[in-house]
Amino acid sequence: MEKGRSYTLKVWRQKNAASRGEFKTYQVNDVSSGSSFLEMLDILNEELTKKGEDPIHFDHDCREGICGTCSLFINGRPHGPEEEITVCQLHMRTFQDGQTITIEPWRARAFPVIKDLVVDRSAFDRIIQAGGFISVNTGAAPDANAIPIARENAEVAMDAAACIGCGACVAACKNASAMLFVAAKISQLAMLPQGKVERKRRAQKMVEQMDKEGFGSCTNTYACSAECPKGIEFTHIARLNREYLTSKFTS
Amino acid sequence: MSWFTETFTSSIGRKLLMSLTGIFLIMFLVIHLLGNLAVFKEDGGEAFNAYSAFMSTNVLIKSVSYVLYLSILAHSVIAAWLWISNKKARPAGYAVSNANENSTWASRSMMLLGSLVLIFIVIHLKDFWWQFKMGGTTDFEIDTLGNKNLYALVAAQFKSSATLVIYLIGLIALAIHLWHGFQSAFQTLGIEHERYTPAIRFLGKLYAVFIPAGFAAMPVYIFFFK
Ligand code: FES
Repeated sequence: MEKGRSYTLKVWRQKNAASRGEFKTYQVNDVSSGSSFLEMLDILNEELTKKGEDPIHFDHDCREGICGTCSLFINGRPHGPEEEITVCQLHMRTFQDGQTITIEPWRARAFPVIKDLVVDRSAFDRIIQAGGFISVNTGAAPDANAIPIARENAEVAMDAAACIGCGACVAACKNASAMLFVAAKISQLAMLPQGKVERKRRAQKMVEQMDKEGFGSCTNTYACSAECPKGIEFTHIARLNREYLTSKFTS
Repeated sequence: MSWFTETFTSSIGRKLLMSLTGIFLIMFLVIHLLGNLAVFKEDGGEAFNAYSAFMSTNVLIKSVSYVLYLSILAHSVIAAWLWISNKKARPAGYAVSNANENSTWASRSMMLLGSLVLIFIVIHLKDFWWQFKMGGTTDFEIDTLGNKNLYALVAAQFKSSATLVIYLIGLIALAIHLWHGFQSAFQTLGIEHERYTPAIRFLGKLYAVFIPAGFAAMPVYIFFFK
């Protein structure tokens, strides 16, 4: 049997939103190279619980890269060193035996730490809410293909809709800007005939809310796209700029 | 809030102003470089002095120059304003950051580079513009065509090695600033297209290298070959 690996973890511990927080160093042993990053934390937490210590709090849910709940800043990068995956899809084989791994929460004024590595991302929900409703006809489900949509547009909309709202873009951005997230949500509808009526209002309201939440502005470093687990492209940000500016200048 | 303040104080609105002033400054640099090429003419500065006199008396150019001053000012002030709000957006930083993996140094250092460029602009204006505008005719010798001999001032100034170093640092900072800034201005405007964006990016890189290099050639030429 393969010998388990050991890691030194430097983990951000913070009792609650009001307390100061600090790094604590832990040793985990006997980790299989095939285990996921979150399983490795589970192993550590089990030990901590047995010792009567407070386990490390971190967000997770689906553990298969679709819900956007997991959110760890690992060795200086959101979701760790691999491209286009979430932390829950990250495996320990990515790290060398004996390596020191630093784990931090997302850092942004708009994402305050709740406890340890868990941050409050409800700012994203409020941005979505600010976008409001779209008008659709109720009644029987419409026929498929009743509304013609060009394939290219459908593709762009689907790519944008791949955003799982994890906040890695905010975590990666030197300005803690939410532009990629908002851009994905705006693009997703801007490319489709559904929601056309509310198009201008939506762009204005979502950007307004984004600013209100205290996210930074976009310097076009494109760090967001590079770190996005779903590979959302920064071209959507150009579309957001276009949507916002044209809506402002034509309404 | 009125439509105007709401639009231009929003994050995207402020970026729009950065982009528009940036593009104006980019266009200015081309004109500035082309005109100044007169420095290389071996005529004791006559062509250069005639060009300077034209630039400071033509009404149209004079009015555009006020747009230029305003653009430099607005670009700097709004940059500082954005920078402060962006710093506030992340009050607590990361202990370990591996930003080189996801973005270029230039794109993350626009404030530093821009500040260097601004300091350079102030020095540059003090060296020539201030003297030319504020210095009376008595401070200048008059060349054979009857124009203020700005060329003599330029030639004397560029003979100093300190000036040469300051100009080279300023221009390198400008080059890196533009390396990111050129395409960034278009992204902010929302100009993004499969076909045109690669061309804009390529043009931006060419511009970032050749325009500052063209400017740098002037002090270098005078320092070493005059
Ligand atoms: S836990 Fe759902 S995406 Fe990671």
